[in-house]
Amino acid sequence: MTPLQICLLTSALLFATGFAGAVTRRHAILVLVGIELMLNAANLNLIAFWRFGPNPEALTGIIFVLFSMALAAAEAAVGLALVIAIYRHKKTSNLDEVKELKG
Amino acid sequence: MNWIVQYLWLIPALPLVAAGIIAVNKQPQRKLAASLAIGSMAIGFLLSLCAFAATLKHGEGAFREVYGFNWLQFGGPDNWLQLGWVLDPLTAVMLMMVTFVGMLIFIFSVGYMAHDQNFMRFFCFLALFASGMLGVIIANNLFLFFVSWEIVGLTSYLLIGFWYHKPSAAAAAKKAFITTRIGDLGLLLGMVWLYAQTGTLNFYDGGKGCLEATALNTMLGAPPVAGFAVVTAIGLLIFLGAVGKSGQVPLHVWLPDAMEGPTPVSALIHAATMVAAGVFLVARVYPLMAAGATTVAHGAPVTTALTVVTWVGAITAIFAASIAVAQNDIKRILAYSTVSQLGYMMMGLGVGGVAVGMFHLITHAFFKALLFLGSGSVIHGCHEEQDVRKMGGLKKYLPVTFAVYAVGMLALCGFPLFFSGFWSKDEILHHAREWPVSHIPFYLGCTGALFTAFYMTRQVALVFFGKYRGGDQESAADSHTDAHGHGKPQPSAHADSNNTPHESPAVMTVPLMILAIFAVLLGVIGTPAWPWFHGYLTGEAIKFDFSQLTESGTLGLMLTSAVIVLTGITLGVFLYGKRQRQTAEEKDVLEAAQPFLFGILQNKYYVDEIYEHTVIRFNAFAARLCDFLDTWIFGGAVLLVSYVTLGLAWLYRLTDEKLVNLGFDAGCESLREGGGIFSKLHTGRVQTYLRVIGVALVLLILFLIWGRKA
Repeated sequence: MTPLQICLLTSALLFATGFAGAVTRRHAILVLVGIELMLNAANLNLIAFWRFGPNPEALTGIIFVLFSMALAAAEAAVGLALVIAIYRHKKTSNLDEVKELKG
Repeated sequence: MNWIVQYLWLIPALPLVAAGIIAVNKQPQRKLAASLAIGSMAIGFLLSLCAFAATLKHGEGAFREVYGFNWLQFGGPDNWLQLGWVLDPLTAVMLMMVTFVGMLIFIFSVGYMAHDQNFMRFFCFLALFASGMLGVIIANNLFLFFVSWEIVGLTSYLLIGFWYHKPSAAAAAKKAFITTRIGDLGLLLGMVWLYAQTGTLNFYDGGKGCLEATALNTMLGAPPVAGFAVVTAIGLLIFLGAVGKSGQVPLHVWLPDAMEGPTPVSALIHAATMVAAGVFLVARVYPLMAAGATTVAHGAPVTTALTVVTWVGAITAIFAASIAVAQNDIKRILAYSTVSQLGYMMMGLGVGGVAVGMFHLITHAFFKALLFLGSGSVIHGCHEEQDVRKMGGLKKYLPVTFAVYAVGMLALCGFPLFFSGFWSKDEILHHAREWPVSHIPFYLGCTGALFTAFYMTRQVALVFFGKYRGGDQESAADSHTDAHGHGKPQPSAHADSNNTPHESPAVMTVPLMILAIFAVLLGVIGTPAWPWFHGYLTGEAIKFDFSQLTESGTLGLMLTSAVIVLTGITLGVFLYGKRQRQTAEEKDVLEAAQPFLFGILQNKYYVDEIYEHTVIRFNAFAARLCDFLDTWIFGGAVLLVSYVTLGLAWLYRLTDEKLVNLGFDAGCESLREGGGIFSKLHTGRVQTYLRVIGVALVLLILFLIWGRKA
């Protein structure tokens, strides 16, 4: 098993864990945590393909991931702000009760 | 054409405009209202004087000019309904009388109605009435005549019911309106028939009018209908209108009740002018009435129509005069007197022609207006008391009114030589005696004259002589106490304040004095020695001939009638003047002597009751029958139709809903259900969406993996 495969497997596991968390959890913050996990799985993939790819000397992968992490930080901030806003509005963070999108 | 003929329309138009202006103004502008109404009458009077001057032309026949214009086109292109007016001596003399008497009564009303809230309304109606009445006079067309006639009827209704909050006034107004309507129906039928026969409604139209020889000959040639010559039938139908308006038997019942109106109204409408309109109508269509006369006696033709007029007049004259003897309301006595005098006028028209009837009409207008206004002054002075039994001794309190009232009373009685009523009534009696058909009208007229002198003496004795019986608590019984006077004495509204009767202000007494002067002087124009009035109306040359007076027949008749009048007055003085009643409750002298007869007279021969039990009961029955028919037969038919329609509508609705709409509704329903299914997918839960995305992703990957291989 090559290191790339190990990385990809780890990343797949991580993504699956994150997805499961995001889909099954009722609490908004735990859903956010799941989303972060999925994002990080994607980052791990990017790093792995860069490190074990044909041009490891070019810093493309790591730059990409740095951007992605900055993005994740911003996204986490926005997500938490949303959760707080929802909590203030509805006095709950249970996502089953937030059904304003229902048509 | 004389200018005044062209502008004759101004005379009725001015009061009409005045009425219009008063009607749109606000309530407090009393001065404006009164001055407009009086001013319009004053100008009307001046114009009437001009018209009168124009008719004073001596020449062949009477002066007559007409002015006509096309008003309404119907039928063929040349078939116009013309309106227009005529100026002849008859018109001129009536115009002067109405505008002059009307003006004086308007002035009197300013004082009489001074305290009334609805002063403006009163003057508006008065001016409207004057307009209608003047329209009646100038009309040269039976249609225009009829329109004005109805305006007069309307204002009479409005003014009788002026104090409409009094139920008796409202009822009297209705009674007057409905009773005269019966006569008007006859007039309308006569008018239509006349048009059918002659094709014109113009009175005079240069030879083509319906009162001129051509049309009359056409009608005389027409085959008789149900035993009547056509011209007689038309004449009688038109006379029916006059009977209603002039209160002749049997349609007289409304006139005494009309005294519920304010006294100036009684004077103007129900004594001097409007009721005379009926007499005027007969005078106006006199050529029609006299058409085809078989015998001509002393210039007065005799026809069936005129015979009927004479008999109705004579019966009315005696009938109403006898009722007046037993009445106790000052105005009702005068009202019955008016009915009786109108009967005299009709009789005069029937036996002597236009001049005889019209002369009495003119003199009567003056002295009856005088008497009514005088009674208004008395009523005003006695704090709205109308019962003569509660007056008495007013000579002391109302000297001016007493003086003028005495003049009016003597004129009405026909006191010899110095009063106009003597000459005009004498002329009627004179012609009645020479009437070839029968002498009974003459005897009836003489008896009526006796009654007239008697009841007027009785009234004056009760009102002005003796001692004042009103005011003190004992006799101040409620004014609604009925004629027999058996009501319990009780304090009335009049008893508390200042009880002494007072003289009326100058605005009321001055018109009275002017009328009194005319009541005396007017006799001069129609004495047998100098029958100017007769000559003026007929266009014959008249010369002063004193020997006419001393001619045996005339002199004998004058003596007879003087004796009759003096007998009546003496009888009155003897029964009522010598021994005055002491209290208001005391029985009348005649009632004590002849309670049965007096009761009949006091109850007006029970005519009202007879009508109540015949005409009105029949009417009520007919009304109930109509109500039944309306409710069950016609109403049922209408109901049936409505139910059929409802059933059909219900059927349509069913078809529409269950058949037509079914396809459309079903389509809509399935569309909605489809939308519902899809909308269930939209749960609003983000995680569900995420799950779907996840599943889709897996499927996509699987497809990419195995789909590539396939």
